[in-house]
Amino acid sequence: MTFSPKLEEKFAALLTHYPEGRQRAALIPMLLYAQDEVGAITPELVEEVAKRCGVTPLQVDEVVGYYSMLHRKPLGKYHIQVCTNISCMLVGGEELFEHACKKLGIGHKQVTPDGLFSLEEVECMGACSWAPAIQIGYEFHHKVTPEKLDELIEALRKIQ
Amino acid sequence: MLYNEPSPLEVRVLTRRFGLPNSASIDTYLATDGYKALEKAFDMTPDEIIEEVKTSNLRGRGGAGFPTGMKWGFVPRNSPKPKYIVVNGDESEPGTCKDRLLIENDPHQLIEGVLIAALAVGASRGWIYIRGEYRYLIEIMDKAIAEAYARGYLGKNILGRGFDFDLHTHTGAGAYECGEESALLESLEGKRGVPRIRPPFPAVSGAFQCPTILNNVETFSAVPAIIRDGGAAFAALGTPKNGGTRLFCLSGHVNKPGVYELPMGFNLLRMINEVGGGVRGGRALKAVIPGGSSCPILKAEECDLPMDYDSLAKAKSMLGSGGVIVMDETTDMVKAALRIMKFYQHESCGWCIPCREGTTWLKKLLTRMDEGRGSSNDIDLIADLAKNMLGRTFCPLGDAAAMPTISIVEKFREEFEAKLAASRTQSKFVVV
Amino acid sequence: MADLINLTIDGKAIQVPAGTLVIDAAKKVGIEIPAFCYYEGLSLQAACRMCLVEVEKAPKLLAACTLPVAEGMVVHTDSPAVQKARKYTLEFLLTNHPLDCPVCDKGGECELQDMVFRYGAGESRFTEVKQHVDEKQWSPIVFYDAPRCILCYRCVRICNEGMGVGALGITNRGVTAEITPSHGDHLECDECGMCIDICPVGALTSGTYRYKTRPWEMQHVGTICTHCSNGCKTTLGVRNNQIVRANNRDRSGINGEFLCIKGRYAFDFNNHPDRLQSPLMRVGSQFEPISWAQALEIVSKKFQEVRERNGKFGIIGSNHTTNEENYYLQKFARQGLGTNNIDHRRTGDVVSLIDALSGASGKLAQFSDLYSTKAALVISSDLSQQHPLLAFQLRANYRHHQMKMYAVTPGPVREDKYAARSIRVEPGGELQAVESLRDELKANGELLVIFGDAIKGEGVRKLVSFGESLGIPVKYLALVDYSNSRGALDMGMVPELLPGYRPASENGLEPGLNMNEMLAAPDLDVLWVVGENPLENRAPASDRTFIVVQDMFLTETAQYASIVLPSASAYEKTGTVTNVTGEVQRLKRGPKTMGAKPDLEIFGLIAKGMGLNLGTWTPDAVFEEIRQTVRGYNVPLPVIATGGAAQTAPVNGRVPVQVRPELIRSAGDTLYTSGSLGRYSKTLSAVVEAPGALYKP
Ligand SMILES: Cc1cc2nc3c(=O)[nH]c(=O)nc-3n(C[C@H](O)[C@H](O)[C@H](O)COP(=O)(O)O)c2cc1C
Ligand code: SF4
Ligand code: FES
Repeated sequence: MTFSPKLEEKFAALLTHYPEGRQRAALIPMLLYAQDEVGAITPELVEEVAKRCGVTPLQVDEVVGYYSMLHRKPLGKYHIQVCTNISCMLVGGEELFEHACKKLGIGHKQVTPDGLFSLEEVECMGACSWAPAIQIGYEFHHKVTPEKLDELIEALRKIQ
Repeated sequence: MLYNEPSPLEVRVLTRRFGLPNSASIDTYLATDGYKALEKAFDMTPDEIIEEVKTSNLRGRGGAGFPTGMKWGFVPRNSPKPKYIVVNGDESEPGTCKDRLLIENDPHQLIEGVLIAALAVGASRGWIYIRGEYRYLIEIMDKAIAEAYARGYLGKNILGRGFDFDLHTHTGAGAYECGEESALLESLEGKRGVPRIRPPFPAVSGAFQCPTILNNVETFSAVPAIIRDGGAAFAALGTPKNGGTRLFCLSGHVNKPGVYELPMGFNLLRMINEVGGGVRGGRALKAVIPGGSSCPILKAEECDLPMDYDSLAKAKSMLGSGGVIVMDETTDMVKAALRIMKFYQHESCGWCIPCREGTTWLKKLLTRMDEGRGSSNDIDLIADLAKNMLGRTFCPLGDAAAMPTISIVEKFREEFEAKLAASRTQSKFVVV
Repeated sequence: MADLINLTIDGKAIQVPAGTLVIDAAKKVGIEIPAFCYYEGLSLQAACRMCLVEVEKAPKLLAACTLPVAEGMVVHTDSPAVQKARKYTLEFLLTNHPLDCPVCDKGGECELQDMVFRYGAGESRFTEVKQHVDEKQWSPIVFYDAPRCILCYRCVRICNEGMGVGALGITNRGVTAEITPSHGDHLECDECGMCIDICPVGALTSGTYRYKTRPWEMQHVGTICTHCSNGCKTTLGVRNNQIVRANNRDRSGINGEFLCIKGRYAFDFNNHPDRLQSPLMRVGSQFEPISWAQALEIVSKKFQEVRERNGKFGIIGSNHTTNEENYYLQKFARQGLGTNNIDHRRTGDVVSLIDALSGASGKLAQFSDLYSTKAALVISSDLSQQHPLLAFQLRANYRHHQMKMYAVTPGPVREDKYAARSIRVEPGGELQAVESLRDELKANGELLVIFGDAIKGEGVRKLVSFGESLGIPVKYLALVDYSNSRGALDMGMVPELLPGYRPASENGLEPGLNMNEMLAAPDLDVLWVVGENPLENRAPASDRTFIVVQDMFLTETAQYASIVLPSASAYEKTGTVTNVTGEVQRLKRGPKTMGAKPDLEIFGLIAKGMGLNLGTWTPDAVFEEIRQTVRGYNVPLPVIATGGAAQTAPVNGRVPVQVRPELIRSAGDTLYTSGSLGRYSKTLSAVVEAPGALYKP
């Protein structure tokens, strides 16, 4: 399995970031960056990363199963994550999530049929003082109202 | 970038560069006394550095508030193993969003703090563990690290003083438990974020089984100011045994939520009313979670207190991670308890029985409560189960789940009863 | 000796070495602290929280399984706070447990049942919906039922740490966490079943035993595994004269909890439908069943007749038969038939080793050395495949004492994983490679040299002189293949040696023929083969030879026989066997196959038919004779009688005989083969068909 030159470069650097013989440490960053490029943690990717980090595929599987940002199935092109944790909940996070469900016609951890959007109700994302917050991909949006969410979604649809 | 207006009541020590143009760049940093503390530290002995940090009364900003200088002192400096520095930038405690700002606006301050710690214990390498969701911060941090390498603040022979130190970022991938220090170290080593058996503590056996200083982003970020202006000056900003300032993350039902740097010991009610602009819509205050969602809740009448570790401990709560979550009179406390439990249940690593099964059972019970199904006995059961998780789990996540639950049930029991009563009266069937 | 620490547990003042864990310290004074995840010898977890105890001055309850003792510590293991904690932990544990004890294989020997019985939580306040996941089959042997799993991680650890395989892991997190196999939905592993037996509950069950019986319906018979030379104790579960399972859950015997797939599951050859249940006589090209009386009469008559005319006998014994049988058979040959023509399949050069070490004592490795030596050098053996218990023990030594492993082998071996150094050699290059390790080996201050059949004859002498030149204590172990290979040599089942390694020339008979010579001799009158298959790939040299075969199955050799006598398996016999490291252990009869007889009884009956007086042929009587007459075998009876292992005293005399190294060859069995026994084990065949065995020699 090969990755883009940029990612290959990143991986090569990553492996030098840890003490000699402890290259397993690069595992989680590698999985996350590779997932961003490949779209999901496929069995093939598991094998590949295992090889590169000097661990067994089982050891990679154990890790994949643990972290909530690692997905075995592809997400939508735009992954919308709505925080409903306590600070966001107090100022409308749950309503925002419900609104997103209605707007996109999908629920938690589902993908729209066109593959454009996926939705996830997530735990606190570190935006509590500017709640309710969402992330689209890795991008934060603060103080999101249902109207603002609609605008964001429409804008993304237009890019298509 | 700043996401909220600063408050005139702030005392800006760690946030002093926030809002400057290009505040994250090394040029801005150098133009504003940046890396001066490091130069000073080079002229100090390791013991002097640690002593200065002890004098500052700096206590860990990650949650437990352990005295930082003392922690550094535990590192066996004559151990033949390499020593490491690990920065905890996992920031996942609900209600907390300050480390994000520190990295985003002043990454070099963090690097400088790390370097001073490295000098204090003779560390050769360090990692900044940043939660996976903060991808853009990793990019900012990587850029700052590259700048520091380019200008000779990292790498070989730093500032020509014969000191080598390498620093890298490391990303998490979505797990609150990886904020717990030993789970973080496992995660750093490419494993599941399951905590380690302690002792040994990280100071003795941490990253890659070597002696390690592990502190929160804010803790390290405070170090340059301490060395630059002296530990005593830092200590003087706060209250006895609680030195300096703290970044408080005000959230919930206040008019001006935001992250504000205030001196330790700042009164909570003043924080809400004067810094936060008062409770939203002029409503009455009902309760406050003072330090992130793991802390026992305070009722409105308990809130007239100084925000420092000791005062909060006296009030049977905790200063925690500085996440001040304000709730007004409209807040549904059953829902709040449920949402908090849902979080810990989702984040329990599953290693130990009381946490894994306890959080799950409690979530189910609270869900039922919230839907108005159940009896008064269930309210007792909730408190009883939570109390019996407390102190019995492998790591403090179990306690973190139990403490807010116990306090909410005890302090707002009538809301649980009311919910049950309401559903009974709404029901078409009469329960005899 | 480590410093001693004083502490008090439940009012008892005790003294234990520093570093002892409170859970172990308590055990020493008979106080049991309950635990699921703690398992002696494996890494610490502190996950189940059953072992919480109260320590005076500590702010909260502490896990005894990870708590080292401290001077003056006062521990309470049964205070109200502790009792309450246990009860709650069990109540928590049962919330998502299916409570399907009535249909669970583990019912009756389940640690969770025992704990609830003892510590409460008999009533539950849990009224919510339970987490459910379907049961999964991971291999022909291993089934996993996640809801029953209590996540103690014993299976993960035994597989990774104990077996060195690492085929089990943990996936998901929190309440959805579960054990996961090496290949997504299936296991590729040793199929040893360690995970199944170490599981305290019924989460892991075995394909061979599932739903067959309740534990209390079986008779439990502790005996010795018959498959390889390591001599593992195995407890057979026998029901209706059939073996239903085998395990070593009580951790008795030299192997502790260890058993490989053969010890645990390959007992099924015993119940195979092809087992012979009646003597057979050749009639033309066919066999006809005849009665035992007829068969014995024909054989005795024939033997008598050949002996009287000074005809030529050839006797081939087995390395699966007991010491008593081997001793009796060679006595039969030498005293009864007047011949030294007796041999068996030789699989390792023990003889040269004993001779090379003559004059020295304490140089032959004993089993306990594997766990205590500071360094081990393994030459030309895929130890994990061929000597799984030895490999297990060395691994434990590495884990617990950081033993240094050196592997000098033709191909990759599992020992590479932790070896200080692994060297790949072409056959013949072993000694040179060993020489290159000289300084490193010497530096360890102690060495255990373990060698396979590649080192024999002169090679053994060279190896020993290398070892002796290091100037550090060195012990040696010559590997042999089967359950009584060592005993066969000790009992003189070779033409050139009498029992106890005395030269056969002492008995005044002519020098005997070895196995090859017997098989090639055109003038052999009688070939008597006991539990061996020498004609697997060749025909008899002459069709005049009267061939008697004692076996459990109609092997290739048996097909050439004039008379076939059905013999009992090792699981159906009483007697003793001697393992690779010279420990004598006792076989205990479990099931019985109708029509088959133990080989010893067959020998006795033939002797009686011939009117020979070779002494009583009961196992006890013969063993007593062995104790009295065979050097090194005067072992304490009570040890053996109670299921223990008694070390035979290593011989240190000269053995002035030609060892004929060309006759020494290991069968090269793997974890999934075991000579002809393996062929009749359905379990072993099933696994061989499974994809990707871990290591292929
Ligand atoms: C469940 C759990 C989660 C934690 N999460 C964080 C976190 O996200 N960030 C953090 O700095 N400390 C966190 N901590 C505290 C750390 O374990 C550790 O005490 C801290 O990073 C030490 O740094 P300090 O002394 O500077 O506070 C957490 C602790 C627990 C038990
Ligand atoms: S308390 Fe136990 S299950 Fe919970 S996170 Fe800690 S170790 Fe994991
Ligand atoms: S035995 Fe101590 S926690 Fe499991």
